[in-house]
Amino acid sequence: MLYREAGQFKTSYAADQQLFPIRQDRIGILILLAVVFLVIPGVAGDYWFSAILIPFLIFSLAALGLNILTGYAGQLSLGSAAFMAVGAYAAYNFQLRIDGIPILVSFVCAGLTAAGIGILFGLPSLWIKGFYLAVATLAAQFFIVWCLTKFPWLSNYSSSGVISTQPLIIFGHAFTSPQEKYLLVLTIVAVMALAAKNMVRSSTGRAWMAVRDMDVAASVIGIRLMPVKLLAFAVSSFYCGVAGALYAFCYLGSVEPDGFSLDMSFRILFMIIIGGVGSILGSFLGAAFILLLPVFLDIALPWAARLLGLPFSSATVSHIQVLVFGALIMFFLIVEPHGLARLWQITKEKLRLWPFPH
Amino acid sequence: MSKKTGEVILDLQSISLRFGGVKALTDISFDVREHEIRAIIGPNGAGKSSMLNVINGVYHPQEGVIIFRGQERKRMEPHQAATQGIARTFQNIALFKGMSVLDNIMTGRITRMKASFIEHALWLGRAKREELEHRKKVEEVIDFLEIQHIRRIPVGRLPYGLQKRVELGRALAAEPSMLLLDEPMAGMNVEEKQDMCRFILDVNDQFGTTIVLIEHDMGVVMDISDRVVVLDYGKKIGDGLPDDVKNNEDVITAYLGVSH
Repeated sequence: MLYREAGQFKTSYAADQQLFPIRQDRIGILILLAVVFLVIPGVAGDYWFSAILIPFLIFSLAALGLNILTGYAGQLSLGSAAFMAVGAYAAYNFQLRIDGIPILVSFVCAGLTAAGIGILFGLPSLWIKGFYLAVATLAAQFFIVWCLTKFPWLSNYSSSGVISTQPLIIFGHAFTSPQEKYLLVLTIVAVMALAAKNMVRSSTGRAWMAVRDMDVAASVIGIRLMPVKLLAFAVSSFYCGVAGALYAFCYLGSVEPDGFSLDMSFRILFMIIIGGVGSILGSFLGAAFILLLPVFLDIALPWAARLLGLPFSSATVSHIQVLVFGALIMFFLIVEPHGLARLWQITKEKLRLWPFPH
Repeated sequence: MSKKTGEVILDLQSISLRFGGVKALTDISFDVREHEIRAIIGPNGAGKSSMLNVINGVYHPQEGVIIFRGQERKRMEPHQAATQGIARTFQNIALFKGMSVLDNIMTGRITRMKASFIEHALWLGRAKREELEHRKKVEEVIDFLEIQHIRRIPVGRLPYGLQKRVELGRALAAEPSMLLLDEPMAGMNVEEKQDMCRFILDVNDQFGTTIVLIEHDMGVVMDISDRVVVLDYGKKIGDGLPDDVKNNEDVITAYLGVSH
């Protein structure tokens, strides 16, 4: 009853092709934006900002980057964390070596640096596919982390490659409190998510999906495979690079190369698998699931144990937490292999008809 | 047939194609005239699909000359053939399964869309304008093929006959001057075949598109094509008007075998 599009007639293709063609969706997204930009900064505490919201947004951006490459263009990659590392170290070096460069410009340059390196490691995709390509991107993961440790110039000769980021100053204003950092990250992520959505709904995105679904047919209708694949690598790495810069500058403050491990690449991959491969929304849902569920279990399990009067030690609880987390991942993958975004879509389709069955 | 066919627009001269030691095509020559419906027939494995793949650049023949619109071409990639106005469909449907019907057909117009990915990301003037202009053209194709009701459905969910029709739509969206159809009616029931025949004849008639067609249903071939080429074991064994081909000794032998 609430979510019904009856009576909303489209009289032009422009109206039909807008970002959110259904009125309820438009209202929904406006409410969401109002909440995250206006309400949350007022009510959330510092712990929420720096331990939950900021990392969630940053990993959503990285997942979005990987989703462009893997979900839309169909090129499997295991190097997302390495491209984040490139972004973090590049932003640090631009700040360090170019006098008076604005911080946002250095973030963009960091993204571009990551994009360039992404293209380089995307070259194997012109000859190999699938799992074999994933192995080639593993090379990026190990090589980049090794490089950052091996060449001390990149970390300004600090011990073991640790960098401490410069202060965040934009137009003379220093972003120091977690709340301000949250708003900065949120703005960047929102703008980049919108740009990603625009790309995937236009011919750029259609070319990516065509290459993903059937590359021979794509080339027969006039798509040149090489530039399309390399563009996907470039855009994806740009997103991961900016996410890396934000990770260093707005989240941790100091990072080391080993922090951007294969483990982190896998977590980003899990985010898009759980959230939904080939979905912008899925990147956010997946990041939320992987990052927030452990936090939630952390709070909920001891509480449940106390409520039921079970004599669990805190060590046992943390073991159970891992078990429950793994079980939930398997549960979601079995129930809906296309991810949380697909579940959301099914819910919406059901809602259109509710309360009637057909 | 009374309609006029024009000049020769595609001329294939002694094409030979080998895969290692396997000779797929041996010394095949034939031409295609403007506005005609040219059928390629032959038993399984005769090299019909390979012939189409040679025409649109998926395979590169070792010997022979291909002259398209007066230009001789040596080696050409598929996307170049597309920009020259050659579109095709495949024997086993080659649609983009994860995309909707609308997006599949929109993809057919990709060579005509000029906006860069940065314009797309920012949704600036040209990107937005192009989407609307091409949407209009795509809707014409959708109307022509009578598939309005399924435009939002992912093609993977459609029945086979409709998928074939969508694939034709994707090829038509490019507004090709030459259309290569690889068994457009395979696996269809009589009604679907009739629809498909009607679309093919309409495309040929209304848009003046030249059509090269591979088909196994002899009734269809003899009915709609202007001239027929017959291949067997990678060699040409017949070429001419449908009636001539039907009575050709070699063709009858290839299809029915020799009586001993």
